[in-house]
Amino acid sequence: MNKSGDSTVSGRRSFLGTATLSVLSASALALLSGRDVLAASHAGAMKEAGDVAILNVALGLEHEGINAYTLGAQSGLLQKPVLDIAVRFQSDHKEHRDALAATIRKLGGKPVEEKALGDYAKSLKADTLKNQADVLELAARLELGATNAYLGVLPSFKDAQLAKVAARLAADEVMHWTILNNALGKGLPAGGMPFGA
Amino acid sequence: MQAFSLQAADAVRGKQLYEARCGACHSIDENRAGPAHKGVYGRKAGLAKGFDYSSSVKASKIIWNEKSLDRWLTDPEKLIPGQKMGFSVPDAGDRADLIEFLRTYNARP
Repeated sequence: MNKSGDSTVSGRRSFLGTATLSVLSASALALLSGRDVLAASHAGAMKEAGDVAILNVALGLEHEGINAYTLGAQSGLLQKPVLDIAVRFQSDHKEHRDALAATIRKLGGKPVEEKALGDYAKSLKADTLKNQADVLELAARLELGATNAYLGVLPSFKDAQLAKVAARLAADEVMHWTILNNALGKGLPAGGMPFGA
Repeated sequence: MQAFSLQAADAVRGKQLYEARCGACHSIDENRAGPAHKGVYGRKAGLAKGFDYSSSVKASKIIWNEKSLDRWLTDPEKLIPGQKMGFSVPDAGDRADLIEFLRTYNARP
């Protein structure tokens, strides 16, 4: 948590500057589009079932992330430019969601459904959010968790191309976490390879 | 002379590991992408209220204890084929600390 007003301002400046440079190189759907043939040819195969299960857990995390940003935006606690960045990050997660759901369907699975916003509010304890820093802390915690989750499931994918997609999704989450962490005025992690350990 | 000693499982470190590795999908009190863990130690698999488990977990009849949790965290799919969790904990010490955290948490009044 940031303790200094000066570092907050500095953090927000850095937040904006970094975010301006952070643009997804391609949509996740485009990223996955090359999977069509493989997905169709393997649909229903047992070896895909495990991958579908992993993708569905990931989809659940994306649903949660999208709703967390909705809760943050609706809280009235986020001010511009932080609000704009939150909306942008939510857009990224919607892109992830759509890509994951499409891939799950192509593999013959049924995408896990989004819960009601109130369910996410309860599980994320949204009623405890009292200021902008609280919202950023929650978002950063979820982005870090998603990063570690994506990295943690990489060895379990039977399909190496899906593992690559998961790694790219993890990279997005790292990008989000880094900017949120900076906005909170926090320093870099100590040492290399802090994620997925 | 160096004495042989077993490293005791560390619930405090287990809590830190839980938050860092499990916290994306799990919490103690609430179902998220994964089921809530309150009361999991000593309980039959697949009984977190309101969580949509795989049919294989629901049918497993496994009781979660030190041994079964260690096997689960080592390789969930090997223990219960058809389950949903793709995450594993390769290090035995990490598993022991995580299990100790879950066990001692459950022992709290």
